[in-house]
Amino acid sequence: MTDTEATAAARGAGSAGEGSAFRVIEARDLCLTFETNDGPVHALSSVDLTVDRGEFVSFIGPSGCGKTTLLRVIADLEQPTSGSISVNGMSPEEARKARAYGYVFQAAALYPWRTIAGNVALPLEIMGLDKAEREARIKRNLELVNLAGFERKFPWQLSGGMQQRASIARALAVEPDLLLMDEPFGALDEIVRDHLNEQLNRLWDRTNKTVIFVTHSIPEAVFLSTKIVVMSPRPGRVHDVIECNLPRERTLDIRETPEFLEIAHRVRDGLRAGHAYDDE
Amino acid sequence: MTTSDFLHSKTAAVLTVVLVLLCIWYAGAVALNTPFQRDQDVRDKVERSTGDFVTATLNQKRPVLPAPHQVAVEIWQTTVEKKVTSKRSLVYHAGITLSSTMLGFLIGTVLGIVLAAAIIHVESLERSLMPWIITSQTIPILAIAPMVIVVLNAIGVSGLIPKAMISTYLSFFPVTVGVVKGLRSPDPMQLDLMRTYSASSFQTFWKLRWPSSIPFLFTSMKIAIAASLVGAIVGELPTGAVAGLGARLLAGSYYGQTVQIWSALLSAAFLAAMLVTIVGFADKAVRRRMGMVQ
Ligand SMILES: Nc1ncnc2c1ncn2[C@@H]1O[C@H](COP(=O)(O)OP(=O)(O)OP(=O)(O)O)[C@@H](O)[C@H]1O
Ligand SMILES: [Mg+2]
Repeated sequence: MTDTEATAAARGAGSAGEGSAFRVIEARDLCLTFETNDGPVHALSSVDLTVDRGEFVSFIGPSGCGKTTLLRVIADLEQPTSGSISVNGMSPEEARKARAYGYVFQAAALYPWRTIAGNVALPLEIMGLDKAEREARIKRNLELVNLAGFERKFPWQLSGGMQQRASIARALAVEPDLLLMDEPFGALDEIVRDHLNEQLNRLWDRTNKTVIFVTHSIPEAVFLSTKIVVMSPRPGRVHDVIECNLPRERTLDIRETPEFLEIAHRVRDGLRAGHAYDDE
Repeated sequence: MTTSDFLHSKTAAVLTVVLVLLCIWYAGAVALNTPFQRDQDVRDKVERSTGDFVTATLNQKRPVLPAPHQVAVEIWQTTVEKKVTSKRSLVYHAGITLSSTMLGFLIGTVLGIVLAAAIIHVESLERSLMPWIITSQTIPILAIAPMVIVVLNAIGVSGLIPKAMISTYLSFFPVTVGVVKGLRSPDPMQLDLMRTYSASSFQTFWKLRWPSSIPFLFTSMKIAIAASLVGAIVGELPTGAVAGLGARLLAGSYYGQTVQIWSALLSAAFLAAMLVTIVGFADKAVRRRMGMVQ
């Protein structure tokens, strides 16, 4: 048996054992309409989505197609107008109350009166972890995002990209099984972004977390994901779902392989078609 | 420092304003004291040169408007040259007023914060409580103060507490309004973050709303402490109180001691400026600790 086959078999066994039974996200015919002063905005329109445990799902699509909105519905920060959604088999509200997920916002949203370490400590204090555990987690996660040594700085003393990394460390410190990330690497330079892509891939592979990830970058989506959800705007809906069955553990070189480029090409076509749809 | 530097410096600006005010004050004193001086001179059959006449208007015993130097001398005599424990020491009286100001301010601030916290947590309180809070401030304090003092006196509470209550009455309002605004100041994303952690409203209060409201609190406290001082002075008037800056004002007006009135007034203004400055320093210190000052 080759390595690839072994992994595939292992994965198959895993999903047969408990994985397939374990739906992290199950959304059916989800609609969300914002009532605004100049008429209703259909942010989500009959969205179907399933995410199993251990998957890495990326949402990609033009600005305003409802990626953030969908993520917020999963996080119970927004109520759907109609349709059903479950998170870990519970309602989003129950899941939120059970602290089922960690959320990285599109902007860093650090508290300006807390130092970087203090910001990472915030969720840990709320969870009631003791000081030693908090400090261990702060150290580990700040190292992971290359912010070791900045513990005592205040947010305004850091660049936008560093602030964003601090907010990623804050979400990771919670050590949730489900990570919801809204364009976490949008504000970063290419090199740091590559590095964090690798880190995130390794973390996901090692811990078997489920990640839902919003991005505008096709290579990033293909590099990280097991499944890419291509969305299109007005009304926001799922245009296509592209399976991305590269090996779980990936290095940046994979981006040069034909398989990678093939998937990237399909994603690009999907995005184009979504746009064309819009123009009609 | 060159002349132009000096003219543009802050000290120069302040000095210029002070100088202009002093000139206006002197001019006013001469103008307002002239009629009395003229009558007096006619009665005493005194003939004076203009210079002499002006000097006389600025050195009357009970002038309509005392000249700055008269007030300065009075303040000097009643502060530096008197023992602090003396009933005639301005420091003694200022101390009395200061203690009820501080007590009233502390109670007012705490009350203001508690009311603000209640208002943002219980929506119905905003509608039921806020109109009363606002109405309370539209009633002239001069109408309320005597009632409070007299009623409390009747039930045996006198001295510091009734005066402090008037201070509280005036100081809680700016704190309530400011802190309500501050507690509501976190932006939606900061609040969403707390929601994702499934934080209790108690945690959201202490870890987000309260720190966000600190700058608002200090701004309100600057207003509140000045209002407290006014409250304490007004509280000293109705009972014909024997001590405090308010009592000095009252006694001064009974006996036509305008110099005494003005020196008490100036001391009160100075005290207010000091108190506001101290709150300002506390504001800076707290903000620096919170990393909010560059
Ligand atoms: N609170 C709101 N009230 C009204 N309309 C909203 C609200 N939030 C989002 N929308 C609208 O819903 C649509 C989807 O917004 P959303 O933020 O989900 O887009 P997005 O895909 O995340 O875009 P981007 O890539 O720019 O972040 C947009 O048209 C937006 O204007
Ligand atoms: Mg978005």
